[in-house]
Amino acid sequence: MINTKNALASALLAASLTFANHSAAQLDIPITYLHQEVDTGPVLSNVLPEPDDAGLQGAALGIKDSNTTGRFLKHHYALNSFSKADTSALVDIAQQRFRAGDRFFVANVPTKTLQALQTALGPEALIFNAGSADDALRQFACASNTLHTLPSRAMLTDALAQWLKAKRLDEVLVITGPNAEDKAYTASFERAAKRFGLKIVAKKDWTFDSDLRRTAQKELPLFTQTDDYDVVFVADERGDFGEYVLYNTWLPRPVIGTQGLTPVAWHRVVEQWGAAQLQSRFDKLAKRWMTPKDYAAWAAVRSVAEAVTRTNSASFSEVKSYIRSDKFQLAGFKGRKLDYRDWNGQLRQPIPLVHPRSLVSQSPQEGFLHPKNELDTLGFDRPEVNCTAQ
Amino acid sequence: MTQRTSLTLLTSAMLLASSCAMAQLAYVSNEKDDTISVIDLKSQTVTDTIDVGERPRGILFSKDYSKLYICASDSDTVQVMDVATKTIIKELPSGEDPEQFALHPNDRHLYISNEDDALVTIVDTETSEVLAQIDVGVEPEGMAVSPDGKIAVNTSETTNMVHWIDTSTYELVDNTLVDQRPRHVEFSKDSKILWASSEIGGTVSVIDVASRQIFKKLTFEIKGIHPDRVQPVGVRLTDDGKYAFVALGPANHVAVVDAQNYEVIDYILVGRRVWHMDFNQDQTQLLTTNGISGDVSIIDVDKMKAVKSIKVGRYPWGVRVKPE
Repeated sequence: MINTKNALASALLAASLTFANHSAAQLDIPITYLHQEVDTGPVLSNVLPEPDDAGLQGAALGIKDSNTTGRFLKHHYALNSFSKADTSALVDIAQQRFRAGDRFFVANVPTKTLQALQTALGPEALIFNAGSADDALRQFACASNTLHTLPSRAMLTDALAQWLKAKRLDEVLVITGPNAEDKAYTASFERAAKRFGLKIVAKKDWTFDSDLRRTAQKELPLFTQTDDYDVVFVADERGDFGEYVLYNTWLPRPVIGTQGLTPVAWHRVVEQWGAAQLQSRFDKLAKRWMTPKDYAAWAAVRSVAEAVTRTNSASFSEVKSYIRSDKFQLAGFKGRKLDYRDWNGQLRQPIPLVHPRSLVSQSPQEGFLHPKNELDTLGFDRPEVNCTAQ
Repeated sequence: MTQRTSLTLLTSAMLLASSCAMAQLAYVSNEKDDTISVIDLKSQTVTDTIDVGERPRGILFSKDYSKLYICASDSDTVQVMDVATKTIIKELPSGEDPEQFALHPNDRHLYISNEDDALVTIVDTETSEVLAQIDVGVEPEGMAVSPDGKIAVNTSETTNMVHWIDTSTYELVDNTLVDQRPRHVEFSKDSKILWASSEIGGTVSVIDVASRQIFKKLTFEIKGIHPDRVQPVGVRLTDDGKYAFVALGPANHVAVVDAQNYEVIDYILVGRRVWHMDFNQDQTQLLTTNGISGDVSIIDVDKMKAVKSIKVGRYPWGVRVKPE
């Protein structure tokens, strides 16, 4: 009697297993990863260089995570990855992949190259920007075939400015490096300062690149001698001189920006909300810490996979419209669900504020309210965006 | 003679009974302290703190309450504590990073989710033998065995599925897609309905076990709390089938659900980041672990109110009550 019952139960289970297996044909989802090798030149501080495969390993983990899920649904994800120094070579490869049928692209490239890819690939492709923090791409030079998983500079500096405001560190000395990226980072911060009511007491440009007879440590106290300030903001994206600003300022003040207390998309010290598990999976795969670009590439791949899982389709139009719909949500290990802003394609996300050994805070800070979504207090909100391409 | 012997026996039985703790005790795992706090529910105070392995999370009792199983996640083991002597008597081969587990009604087979390895490990607690390891989705977490013993279910947090395992063959037989980051699963007493919470999705899926289809999805709305902060984790059902309680994480509330018509009827304010829960013996009280405030709230089930909060260790995670 009991045996019969068990046999019946097993038969039923077996039947449902067969059904599950037959209910879907295998779906293949190829994703192309494009990286441009950029030589940023020599730096004074080269203790912790950015890994060469930053971004790629994040995409690889995204594929691995997605295939574990895909195994149960007969969805298979494959990564086609390419790295080139030359822009036109990279664009050629992207077009070849497009002709071969790839529709989803993760681009870890500078702004100019991204724009070349946007034009070359056209509306039947979806590009995830996991390499450029450029504000312009989110504010007026938007493209309808592009989503941004890397936070913009505006998001990063808004995250910093909210923290300064919450800490009542209102008066800021601003130091800017000589590169275009440094100037862009400062411009973003100036916007944030205005937005959140911070006062910039002085602006200084770091121009000591030609004078190497004196050390940075000796230059900096003099360089930072000015009206009283609560905090020093430094814009040095390459990490050339910024590391030497800490503890060398004329007044003993905290340093924030690209060095010191830094706003990031991701960092090893992020461990809450299950992030410890993501960190340990990444560590196992790449044998190093997960960087912001790794996180952005991971989120890009996971976005595609999430849409494929939910729609049970690999069709470009279905996947794209699902990602851009209000049904889409990504569990990104940042304590709340992430999705894309419909006005500029930016992935909404909390921004951790870190120093190299610990998480200090995470923005949005409490009390910075927004009528729709507090995450939209970081970066460009709908009224600030003028994206005719949308 | 016979009378005297039985009297002696009776006296020694009484002595034995009084020397054992008679009170109801709640055992609470403290994730960041590597300890178990013991709360006497009568005096509502912590009466003992026991050192255990690293990062204790899921805990549960054997049927006779003589043993407490502890997922010591960072020690990569499941510890077996002798409840009477408060000592660890055995470590079970759990697979890496055990987080949650469930004991089969046979009181022997432990189903363990290995968070880092995308595996469910089944261990025989008597022989310490690994009976099977089953591939599941990324970050397996919630684990439950149906009261009739036929099915084990596991949730995977990044794959967002409920995985159904046949306990007679140890094979994965089906998967049900649920909302983002499923954390916890709980069977109804008759094994017919499964409740699965989704932390980031903000929902609880109520699933028909026979068809493995979701037939109701619960959402929660608390005035003054952003929907994104409503993150369901622990679920407990009353034995009389009346209520389901859902711990809402950083929303700092427990939702009360009518388990007959699946409507949310109340929200109870508790401590900060509420995760797991257990009832006292007669189910008049519900205890919750509040990770950030580092305490346990006691809810009066009749009044639907938290009546007491008890400080325990850092980041309390799981709670189980041992009856008198």
